[in-house]
Amino acid sequence: MRFEAPETVEAAVSLMAGEPGEARALAGGTDLLVQLKSGRVAPDLIVDLKRIPSMTAITQEDGGFRIGGAVPAAEMLEHDALTAAWPGICEAAYLVGSTQVMGRASLAGNLCTSSPAADTVPAMVAAGAMVRIVGPDGARDVACEDVPSGVQKNALKKGEVVDSIFLPARPARASDAYLRFIPRTEMDIAVVGCGISITRAADDTIAEAKVALGAVAITVQVVADAAKAIIGTRLDDAALDALAAACSAACKPINDKRGTIEFRTDVAGVLARRAAKIAYDRAGDAA
Amino acid sequence: MSQLQVSTTVNGDPVEFLCEPDESLMDVLRDRLGLTGTKEGCGSGDCGACSVTVDGRLVCSCLVLGAEAQGREIGTIEGMAKGEQLHTLQKKFLEHAALQCGICTPGILVAAEALLKENPDPTETEVRYWLAGNLCRCTGYDKIIRAVMDAATEMRGA
Repeated sequence: MRFEAPETVEAAVSLMAGEPGEARALAGGTDLLVQLKSGRVAPDLIVDLKRIPSMTAITQEDGGFRIGGAVPAAEMLEHDALTAAWPGICEAAYLVGSTQVMGRASLAGNLCTSSPAADTVPAMVAAGAMVRIVGPDGARDVACEDVPSGVQKNALKKGEVVDSIFLPARPARASDAYLRFIPRTEMDIAVVGCGISITRAADDTIAEAKVALGAVAITVQVVADAAKAIIGTRLDDAALDALAAACSAACKPINDKRGTIEFRTDVAGVLARRAAKIAYDRAGDAA
Repeated sequence: MSQLQVSTTVNGDPVEFLCEPDESLMDVLRDRLGLTGTKEGCGSGDCGACSVTVDGRLVCSCLVLGAEAQGREIGTIEGMAKGEQLHTLQKKFLEHAALQCGICTPGILVAAEALLKENPDPTETEVRYWLAGNLCRCTGYDKIIRAVMDAATEMRGA
């Protein structure tokens, strides 16, 4: 195995694409090092992305934020403008693991590991995050929900890495929230996760919404019917009932010791109600 | 595998070592540099026994490659006491009997020091959440939390 730490995105792509065997990109390493140690992966080349300045930077762009592919969760949580604009994504990042894990783990890594239960993914999908993927054929921007393609499978091709994740500009009175269910209070993997982004109109009805569920199917689920159920409403009880029903209907979960199919299906609706209320309240407070 | 030559700083001292490309920073610290205060618990980032800082950021050294240390500043438990003079956190852990077997203790001390640098006046809840990734099978945590809170009070007064 070789280890390389290039200083430009171009050099990283050229190393990844030029490796005849298996190449793995290293951002925070909180998944990759565990897989290396267990022998589940045995790459010929590891490319550390953290010497590339743009990969470790959070920059403002077109009124939104571009988060480099190797920015750790801890840095996001220390960024006041980012936490103010996207509290839902930041609370999902806060749930990813311990303080130590947050010191390393990145949004891009969480996305590329492509676990169905990834906490940050439903939050990013609800936010309309765009993922910039760079590779030997140049750069392409892909909607976050189109990146995971299966359990630990994703849309990246050989030689490609995630350059950054772009969170678009927020209109006034817009916010988001993420909630998950775990059987304990900390340090666990989501049984169900729900990310919701809401924009309020001047009359306090919901002008725009996006709802995403994690851990209830092979990949993150965008629930268009759930968004439809609350758009145009002030989140009255009937709207919340319709939201919850749409979320439960979108679930195709597994049955395991951590949550039965019935439980996950029901909890998806419960979390959606709660997350919608939080996002709606936050949107009312947002400038 | 060909070994990599790495130049880094550990507890303020310049250090050079050779390591395998897939060797963790934890193994480098323990087996190549003789800094065995950093403990191996799970080896998979779940227990926090191997906590160190990299450029001031708290991490699990089992989830960092030794090669990544190039040019970085590593902080380990060996850098905490100044000669014979224990750090306030270390003194408070002894006073409160906040350790029994001691395997988790270096990691918890490193993690607590990182917390108090960032937040000198944490609430008990903040301490508990910050240390949630440091597992202890002996103490039941309560004495650890009390020792950290007491150290924070004393350090703010100092």
